[in-house]
Amino acid sequence: MDQIIVQVLNGLDKGSAYALIALGLTIIFGTLGVVNFAHGALFMMGAFCAVITSKILSVSHQVVDPTRSDFLGNPMQVDTFYVQDWFGMAAGQTIMDWAVPIAILFAIPVMIFVGFAMERGLIKHFYKRPHADQILVTFGLALVIGEIIKYFFGANPIQTPAPPAFTGSLDFGMILGYEAQTIMYPYWRLVYFFFSAFIIAGVFAFLQFTTFGMVVRAGMADRETVGLLGIDIDKRFTFMFGLAAAVAGVAGVMYAPIVAPNYFMGMDFLVLSFVVVVVGGMGSLPGAVAAGFLLGVLESFASMPAVIDLLPGINQIIIYLVAIIILLTRPRGLMGRKGVMEE
Amino acid sequence: MFGLTRKDSKLMLIVFGLVMLAPFILNPFPEGSAMAQFNAGYPDLMQRFVIFGIFAVGFNLLFGLTGYLSFGHAAFLGIGSYAAIWSMKLVTLNVIPGILVSIVVAGAFALVVGFVSLRRSGIYFSILTLAFAQMMFAMAYSVLTPITGGETGLQIKNTDTPLFGGPADGGIGRANLFGAEMGNSYELSLGNHLFTFNLGYYIAGVFLLIAFYVSIRIFRSPFGIMLRAVKSNQQRMNYTGLTPKRYTLSAFVISGMYAGLAGGLMVAMDTQVGPERMFWTASGEVVIMTILGGAGTLMGPVLGAGVIKYMENIISKINKDILHEWFAFMPDGFEDVIVALVYPFIGKGWHLTMGILFMMVVIFLPGGLVEGGQRIAKLFRRNKTSDTQDATSRTPAE
Repeated sequence: MDQIIVQVLNGLDKGSAYALIALGLTIIFGTLGVVNFAHGALFMMGAFCAVITSKILSVSHQVVDPTRSDFLGNPMQVDTFYVQDWFGMAAGQTIMDWAVPIAILFAIPVMIFVGFAMERGLIKHFYKRPHADQILVTFGLALVIGEIIKYFFGANPIQTPAPPAFTGSLDFGMILGYEAQTIMYPYWRLVYFFFSAFIIAGVFAFLQFTTFGMVVRAGMADRETVGLLGIDIDKRFTFMFGLAAAVAGVAGVMYAPIVAPNYFMGMDFLVLSFVVVVVGGMGSLPGAVAAGFLLGVLESFASMPAVIDLLPGINQIIIYLVAIIILLTRPRGLMGRKGVMEE
Repeated sequence: MFGLTRKDSKLMLIVFGLVMLAPFILNPFPEGSAMAQFNAGYPDLMQRFVIFGIFAVGFNLLFGLTGYLSFGHAAFLGIGSYAAIWSMKLVTLNVIPGILVSIVVAGAFALVVGFVSLRRSGIYFSILTLAFAQMMFAMAYSVLTPITGGETGLQIKNTDTPLFGGPADGGIGRANLFGAEMGNSYELSLGNHLFTFNLGYYIAGVFLLIAFYVSIRIFRSPFGIMLRAVKSNQQRMNYTGLTPKRYTLSAFVISGMYAGLAGGLMVAMDTQVGPERMFWTASGEVVIMTILGGAGTLMGPVLGAGVIKYMENIISKINKDILHEWFAFMPDGFEDVIVALVYPFIGKGWHLTMGILFMMVVIFLPGGLVEGGQRIAKLFRRNKTSDTQDATSRTPAE
């Protein structure tokens, strides 16, 4: 039993990332009808927003400290961080430690802007072209973004630590009445899970309870009629693209402490997120979220030692296996709507 | 010639000439000159041109004709490679049986994967092929280690004793063609030029010619027209009483066999396999090659494969010092600026150039480089024959 709880917990954070990316993918697909292969790259850009923020916050300059001397007897040069100069020692240190959460503030406008630029600059011209062309051009864009990131940050993963307040682990078993140390769960993963639940709830609430969201939903159902009612639906869809980019971005920011960002992580997540979207049902937002968590948890179940002993290698292929079975038995995915992407 | 029209015969002859004279064509710069690094006429790279050309030609038979975008084709290449190396380890070091085995095995896998994947179309088909390929990659990497060698892959070792013609002295066996080793080369030096004629390359080249010939025949056959019909309107095809699945599945298997052939040749040239050649980025690469050159055209995939492999091997070698050497004639500050501007796009950044080039082609030239060439050719022709064209256009058509 405790093993199962551990696996569910382990699956949740990965599942949250899948769900957030798949949610963005589905928003873009549902509104604009575009299959966005560059969405993983947006996730990766978010993660690098965290890297950039922590770099900016730890910009330092050299100050001569007259009280200390180096081994040659000269006055010692000490690296001083600007934030510490401005906000004082302790506050500066806190700001630097909390770089990742602060990065969200930085990432949201950046990612919305990137989303707007992508939609207006490139994707707009591909609405009338076949899906294959959309896949190809966004795939190319993903390559280019990855390479640009690689040029500036190198090919190696960059460690981006979580705030020290969250570096420990929660002894989850204690709460449930197990012995100590049986079920350990890092705080940051818990934060990630609640954070993504919050974002997902926010997106759904936005679509469900605001006028803007209502118009967007109407546009998803019947774009032309909404247009005929005198609503500039294109503008709203562009905004939704920006929103989807921001969702992917913040998902990436918060994921940076879990997996050190490298220029290739977008591609890794993209392939899996597509599988998630297809399993959930193309164009269905709840389907994408549910499938994201489901596959995340399934994946971690499959990597339980007991399961691996039974079916070696199952942890590597479980997601694809599930995807193949679902696609062949339930062509619309778990919650797909009728008539979406059915040729 | 061989059942080809005059135009296709001409194309076939051009390809024949290019393949046979490649060691000359790809080595235009004298040895030791500053431009010598642009020479691509060394056996290893020439083999790669040809092998990936075959791979892309096969992919084009599926994507170019039917419009089904497979994102998992590298799996068949990998399977072909594994089949070929086992044939060499167990049966004989002769490459011909190895290559035949690789074609057959890859074809069999393609039949299974295609049968399942082709039940869906569009993006679902892409995802299904991707999922199958990733599964095969993951299995080759981990579970099937006894068969695939896992992460380290397979090589021919001195403990391998093939049934026929193993090395007598207990050394490491080498791939051969009836005794002639793949690595055998004849070097011809003319003045400052050095040309290498490699046996392995020519064997691969002959296979490319056969593959290309088959591809022309398929393009021009009733079967090829059926495949195009699948792309343009599957529903109408259904109403006519035809079963698209039969044709698409045949195309899928044929293109899987092409991939298997490419994989077998890779092993024949360099007797080792690793699972990384089945990874989905490898599948992405063949997609890029085909689109870049021109999907649905005959020459496009070969051209695209050539461009990508040339960039991968030649452009990626240029470093900052070489750039400084080139732009040394400029004033000092200006030179640095130019080098700084150019540097991100070459050397290790060649992927960036490739990505941008690929995007440009998808956006502006859906027909690939071949269409670009045609457009330029048309431009010149129109200028030259503008008078005569006016005269013909005025005559009423029928």
